[in-house]
Amino acid sequence: MSYNINEKGYYGEFGGAYIPEMLYPNIEELRLNYLKITEDPSFKKEFDQLLKDYVGRPSPLYYAKRLSDKYNTKIYLKREDLNHTGAHKVNNTIGQILLAQRLGKTRIIAETGAGQHGVATATVCALMGMECIVYMGEIDIARQAPNVARMKMLGAKVVPATSGSKTLKDATNEAMRDWINNPVDTHYIVGSVVGPHPYPDMVARFQAVVSEEIQSQLSEKEGTTKPDYVVACVGGGSNAAGAFYHYLEDTDVKLIAVEAAGKGIHSGESAATSVLGREGIIHGSKTLLMQTDDGQITEPYSISAGLDYPGVGPMHAHLYKSGRAQFMSITDDEAMVAGLELSQLEGIIPAIETSHSLAIFEHKTFNPDDIIVINLSGRGDKDLQNYIDYFKL
Amino acid sequence: MNRINKKLQEDKKLLSIYFSAGFPNLNDTVSIIQALEKSGVDMIEIGLPFSDPLADGPTIQDSSTKALKNGMTSEILFDQLKDIRQTVNIPLIIMGYFNPMLQYGVEAFCAKCQEIGIDGLIIPDLPVDVYHQEYKATFEKYGLINVFLITPQTSEERIRYIDSISEGFIYMVSTASVTGSQSGFGPEQTAYFKRIADMQLKNPQIVGFGISNQETFNQATEYSKGAIIGSAFIKFLASNPVEHINDFTTTIRP
Repeated sequence: MSYNINEKGYYGEFGGAYIPEMLYPNIEELRLNYLKITEDPSFKKEFDQLLKDYVGRPSPLYYAKRLSDKYNTKIYLKREDLNHTGAHKVNNTIGQILLAQRLGKTRIIAETGAGQHGVATATVCALMGMECIVYMGEIDIARQAPNVARMKMLGAKVVPATSGSKTLKDATNEAMRDWINNPVDTHYIVGSVVGPHPYPDMVARFQAVVSEEIQSQLSEKEGTTKPDYVVACVGGGSNAAGAFYHYLEDTDVKLIAVEAAGKGIHSGESAATSVLGREGIIHGSKTLLMQTDDGQITEPYSISAGLDYPGVGPMHAHLYKSGRAQFMSITDDEAMVAGLELSQLEGIIPAIETSHSLAIFEHKTFNPDDIIVINLSGRGDKDLQNYIDYFKL
Repeated sequence: MNRINKKLQEDKKLLSIYFSAGFPNLNDTVSIIQALEKSGVDMIEIGLPFSDPLADGPTIQDSSTKALKNGMTSEILFDQLKDIRQTVNIPLIIMGYFNPMLQYGVEAFCAKCQEIGIDGLIIPDLPVDVYHQEYKATFEKYGLINVFLITPQTSEERIRYIDSISEGFIYMVSTASVTGSQSGFGPEQTAYFKRIADMQLKNPQIVGFGISNQETFNQATEYSKGAIIGSAFIKFLASNPVEHINDFTTTIRP
């Protein structure tokens, strides 16, 4: 069984492009060109150069000694938090803006939840001098003011999504509607491994630099390219897709995907899609999603704005269903405690999304000689207010 | 013969009306359909509301959201429509997004449509190829016509492909836009309408998106078989009682 995408755009039974005809020309243009463009040596050269000089790659693979001692195992942190803009998101936006340029597009649109992908998109648009419109749920705009200000400072226009539940899924709907209305000059930079084919594959390929680096860095430190486990949090799933990518077919390496259980899986306020979701279609992709019996998409909840998406990317749906990855769910409280612990043991304040991955040690025991790589997908600056409120700092 | 095909043979420009089932009130569905037929409308698209209607503009989104809040579901809609064929004779089409149908079960959904007397379906996010490979046989088994969309950006080759799979009419989206987002047609649209007419497709075309009054109806149907009105009718329903639907229809086609 393959765990990567097939030639029809499916991971197992998940994926595809369930889109209205109005989007067909845009998606078809991408589908026909994305591999041709991204595999071209001149593209690779420019992409690698920007990742190095602008983003600051390679990001370090750091052996977390005090954390390892505490849990009596060997824990490495892949420091995506040290990237420019503070998270893994920029790997994808650099790739997509270079692609957009080569497709002759002049206008960029994006959706954002917490604002991390919006900031990463606004950043690369400033870098390339391209017009940037970011759709963001009205409710998210209110609760993520610093990121809204960042996007504006970078020259982007932030448009509130006022339909539906006024959060990430509605911002995604609005971005797709914009694309329907502007089919010729606009490229839509999707922020995760979600959406119609080829987006999940394209975004995974841009994020794959993470696992490519893990292989060579681990080889240097441990004499092997293979950790025993790779761990990453999953909302839509782009940082997990990047961390897993080069290990997908190597079943010696166990994969752990960590979802947000919110206030508890069965509390009614959760984002644990693998447990609560059923097969269906969201944003043009057949995957697992949280929905009513009648097929209406429901609103998830997590303290972490980056994890409260009602679906997961089709790659992750396949990894779950096939059993290739183990899925774990971590509550708000467990994540917050793990975030504080990393801060005080290692001097690294993680994003709350990432804190979910760090909380697995309370649920799962590892052997002393196991090598565990955790994708430290983002830094906690953006979440400071949440940490302050939670711990009454 | 399917009521849609029969209607398409009539020597007139067809007026089709879309509304969101469950809006403005949960139980308005049947009275809206009856009033539309009585007012002389040729065909009706019953919108099955969805939480995330990608191809729709604010008017239809809002009416869908309201309908869902009112409690509309596939099950309730089917229940409301169970006796509809005792009073209504014009073609009825259900228009909705694919996920609710998938959850109901595509075959069960089609069977229920046939039982009630639904003539066709419009599912904007069910791609032609997937339909062709996985669902065509099921739709045909239950006598349902599936209607596909084309847009000004659709290539000639793809239009020919869609025409070859279609067995009723082609839903011609007037502009690159979501529903309800423009006013009036320019020379660009007219050229597009004519270009499609000149292709001599086997299926007649019915134009949708951007039709809101007599003028746009006439422009849209100059080269096509008919036109569909959605957002403008929903706006009317938001501020007028069902008993006044005749007033709306007569402004479009006096």
